[in-house]
Amino acid sequence: MSDIKKIKEEYLEKLKSNLNIETVNKIKTELFGKNGQISNSFKKLGSLPTDERKKFASDLNAVKEELQNIINIKIQEIEIKEINSKLVNEKVDVTLPEREINRGKIHPVSQVIDEISSIFSEIGFSVEEGPDIENEHYNFSALNTPDHHPARDMHDTFYLDNNKELLLRTHTSPVQIRTMLNGKPPFKIIAPGRTYRSDSDQTHSPMFHQVEGLHIDKEINMGHLKGCLNYFIKSFFEVDKIKMRFRPSHFPFTEPSAEVDIGYELKDGKIIIGEGDKWLEILGCGMVHPNVLKNVNVNPNKFQGYAFGIGIDRLGMLKYGINDLRAFFETDYRWLNHFGFDPLDVPSNYRGLSR
Amino acid sequence: MKFTIGWLKEHLDTRFKDNEIIEKLTDVGLEVESFEKARSEFDNFKVAKIINTEKHPNADRLKVCDVDIGEQNTIKVVCGAPNAKKNLFTVYAGPGSIIPKSKTKLTISKIRGVISYGMLCSENELNISDESDGITELSPKKYSNKIGKNYFKNGSGKVIDLSITPNRPDCLGVRGIARDLAAAGAGKLKDISKKNIKKNGPQNINVSITKDKNQGCTIFGSCLIKGVTNKESPKWLKDKIESLGQKPISAIVDITNFVMLNLNRPLHAYDSDKIDKEIIVRNSKKNETFKALDNKEYKLEDDMCVISDKSGVLGLGGIIGGTRSGTEFNTKNILLESAFFLPKSIRKTSKQLNIDTDAKFRFERGIDPNSIELGLTEAANLITEICGGKISKFDIQKTQKYKNNKIKFKISMFEKVAGFKVSEKDIIKILKDLGFEISKKKLELELKIPSWRPDITQPIDIVEEIVRIKGYNNIQTLEPEKNRIKDTLNKQQKLFHFLQRSVASKGYYETVTWSFTDSKINELFRQDYKEIKIVNPISSDLNVLRNSIFPNLMFYLKKNLDRGFKDISLFEIGPIFKNNQPGNQLTVIGAIKSGKNFRHNWNEKERNVDIFDAKKDVLQTLMESGYDKSSFFIREKSPNYYHPGKSGSLYLDKDDIDPVAYFGEIHPNIVKKLDIKTEAIVSFEIYLDHLKNNKTKLKDQKSNFKYSDYQKSERDFAFVVDKNFKAQDLIEIISSVDKELIRSVKIFDIYEGENIPDNKKSIALNVTIQSSDKTLNENDLEKINNLIISTVEIKSGAKIRS
Repeated sequence: MSDIKKIKEEYLEKLKSNLNIETVNKIKTELFGKNGQISNSFKKLGSLPTDERKKFASDLNAVKEELQNIINIKIQEIEIKEINSKLVNEKVDVTLPEREINRGKIHPVSQVIDEISSIFSEIGFSVEEGPDIENEHYNFSALNTPDHHPARDMHDTFYLDNNKELLLRTHTSPVQIRTMLNGKPPFKIIAPGRTYRSDSDQTHSPMFHQVEGLHIDKEINMGHLKGCLNYFIKSFFEVDKIKMRFRPSHFPFTEPSAEVDIGYELKDGKIIIGEGDKWLEILGCGMVHPNVLKNVNVNPNKFQGYAFGIGIDRLGMLKYGINDLRAFFETDYRWLNHFGFDPLDVPSNYRGLSR
Repeated sequence: MKFTIGWLKEHLDTRFKDNEIIEKLTDVGLEVESFEKARSEFDNFKVAKIINTEKHPNADRLKVCDVDIGEQNTIKVVCGAPNAKKNLFTVYAGPGSIIPKSKTKLTISKIRGVISYGMLCSENELNISDESDGITELSPKKYSNKIGKNYFKNGSGKVIDLSITPNRPDCLGVRGIARDLAAAGAGKLKDISKKNIKKNGPQNINVSITKDKNQGCTIFGSCLIKGVTNKESPKWLKDKIESLGQKPISAIVDITNFVMLNLNRPLHAYDSDKIDKEIIVRNSKKNETFKALDNKEYKLEDDMCVISDKSGVLGLGGIIGGTRSGTEFNTKNILLESAFFLPKSIRKTSKQLNIDTDAKFRFERGIDPNSIELGLTEAANLITEICGGKISKFDIQKTQKYKNNKIKFKISMFEKVAGFKVSEKDIIKILKDLGFEISKKKLELELKIPSWRPDITQPIDIVEEIVRIKGYNNIQTLEPEKNRIKDTLNKQQKLFHFLQRSVASKGYYETVTWSFTDSKINELFRQDYKEIKIVNPISSDLNVLRNSIFPNLMFYLKKNLDRGFKDISLFEIGPIFKNNQPGNQLTVIGAIKSGKNFRHNWNEKERNVDIFDAKKDVLQTLMESGYDKSSFFIREKSPNYYHPGKSGSLYLDKDDIDPVAYFGEIHPNIVKKLDIKTEAIVSFEIYLDHLKNNKTKLKDQKSNFKYSDYQKSERDFAFVVDKNFKAQDLIEIISSVDKELIRSVKIFDIYEGENIPDNKKSIALNVTIQSSDKTLNENDLEKINNLIISTVEIKSGAKIRS
């Protein structure tokens, strides 16, 4: 029975008991330190005869490895135990509030404009814009609404000068004029934006939003107009079926002109768009008047097409159950919070228009 | 335009039911606003049942009755009738009703200390018999299921109210509406019965239309009716006038109104004895005055079309008559006018004087110039029937001849525009029914346009006539074509939407406010832009267009603070205006933040919002939108509504002329002026127009990806610099010492005070140094350290802090 075996058994025995980290480290030093028992045994190696040396060395290495392993495992065990015992005291109340969340909101008008743009994008429309201040010509005359025409009375106009030359646009239709003057047909655009009329009560705001639509090409007829609006309304309200009614009407810049009603019903005081038996007027449209095309140097014998104008705020009210138009523009923090949209909720066709 | 179904049927032979007529009207483009019975004063009398009676506490002969009038609760009525008893069916009159016999108006009243809501009526009080001993007794059999219903039948038919578009003057008369309905298949248009009136003697009041420039009158037809007895209109005429919610005045006035409403032919009747010698239709002279039938005195401008006599102005042609020559009940002789006035002239005059009348409304839209004689005939006939009198010959003065316009209409145009086919036969029938005269030339129709349709001037108008009469439901619904001409959004529009959501994602609530604002608040933010006044603002505190995005934001910030909110973050993206010219507007994001961060927070220390909150938000927003932070440059310059020492401007590049953004605290004086109470307000604004063209596509921005695995070292420095020295410059100096090796420079402390001279500050920085080719040894690092120190000291006059 060699010394090595004795050392091994002695220390295996020692390591079996419940030890703290200091004791284990002490044992480690006793064995492997500079003057440790194992270290010392290695020193003996040189003095052994060659035939014994090989065996001794291999036995010694085996013992060394075994003890080292056990010590390492022991150390790990102790460390884990220590962490575990610490954790008992590291408990927090996870129901305490998190750090501040900075959650902003997108205004319903912006959200609805994004929804509208996304829908029309799908059928090839691009977005155009125009100035809020317009001159009389773009807002009226070029749109076949001369000064002496009573149709001007349909718009309560804000003027910026006494000659009534400069005004706040009463509709988004002047964007039609600007777009066509600046380009060549075909045209396929929508133009959302701010519009103004000097009218202020529960259902009218002196500023509101419209989206203009214009599609001019060689063969565009009223069937395309109907199809486009039918597609839009269905997509916007996210319903499979919708009742729509085209009624003849009059706008100086379209001929023939139409107003469009959609079906709805009232359920628990809420408007449900779709197939009810009541009608709600939501937009005006028509075939662009040849005079308008002439005014923008487009040949009405070659090109024709449709235009429409839709109230954006009103669409938003209908879709999201908002009752009061004026509240849109009153910046009540509670209202913005209630009706606002998450900034990451970007309307798009492939992800679905609204959540 | 209001009328009853009964009146309509005087022109239209139809088997359509009321609701079918209503539907047809809508289908042809005559929008029905409402279809209901005109309110009658008899609607206040209801069938009622006495549920219980009690003795009046203060009067022996009176009873207090609980009466069921068909509403949720019974009501109390005090009644003295001996026959008032439980379960009696009777007639109840509510407060506001006028008792037919006595013409007294009922109110809620206290009768000997008990409140009585209306009364129970006797037959005598209702003018249905002389029985006055007790209240009306109704048979329970007949009336038991009619409690709450009107006792009197409302004799007037239901009234249709149409909203007539400005292009359809012809439908401002019942006959025009009937014609449209007939063309659309709702029946047959009846002929107007021929009136055989006897015309005796000349119209001997001379009428002349002067040849003034822009003379507004082109035809003036007239006749005299002598020896009339003006009186109240007969019942049929009164009913007609009343059914439209108008008040009958006298037979002569009612008749002219009736002809106007019936045929859209405005007329005017003068008391001819009050006319001084002759009628002159001329242009007015400035400052001429006359008193109109609305009892207002009007002062005229030059060149308004007036009807005058020797003494002066009698009336404004086609707009309103004057009191001097008005008809009265004692009028004996009348001059009846049926004229044509030019829409432009009518519109101009009525706008200038701000008058709106039924006649003006019609002439402005265009009256049938060929209806002069018809109007005289119809009215004169009725006047002589009702008021007697003798009609003179008609006198028609004309300065212009009216020929019906003609249009050539290619039949194929219809399908090209409407997208569906209607047979030639149908087209011709529709147009004929609408009053067109048609001759066919091969593939074309030559159309003579009816004189009552001034709106029809070109072939496209014919398309509309056919499609609306045929019905818009015949238009097909074609699948939308998906072909695209241009990208949906251009670069600038994409940027708009991105910035909008980027700012919102930093905790700001987006708002949309009006483009106009209060000039007083605007003035605080106006800068050098021109104030843009609105000539006709809706209110005096919304009287200018905004020159800045902040006036409204500040206004509404205050409102929300007043509501009790403290920590508010708001932003708006929208136009501001440089002056009143189209296109001179900028698109701006304005964001404001008030109060504190981490207010009442259990794990973070609360602090006021400060400029660096705003700076972080604006920088992060721009970075997220694709701009390179490393080339951003900050200057102290900012508009004067910011705190002069706590605000700055941001340039995308050091060499740029226009800043893309400002950030900082709002000037404390402004906060005080606006009486805004909060701990702190910071804000930023981004000018989208200045962000133009500075952005390359991401695919072009990305360079080859290189990274270094060699060890990096960090060194800390502290420099003592002048107090005004900018941190940005120090970082720039250090970074440019060796652009290869110096990877980042971070300021981790700013210190002023003990051990630092008064006009100095200490800036402590952490510099990261790393090579792409090797691990730097001590020697290399020492070299670069020394270079940093010496460069900074030379370029900035700073001293390394030992």
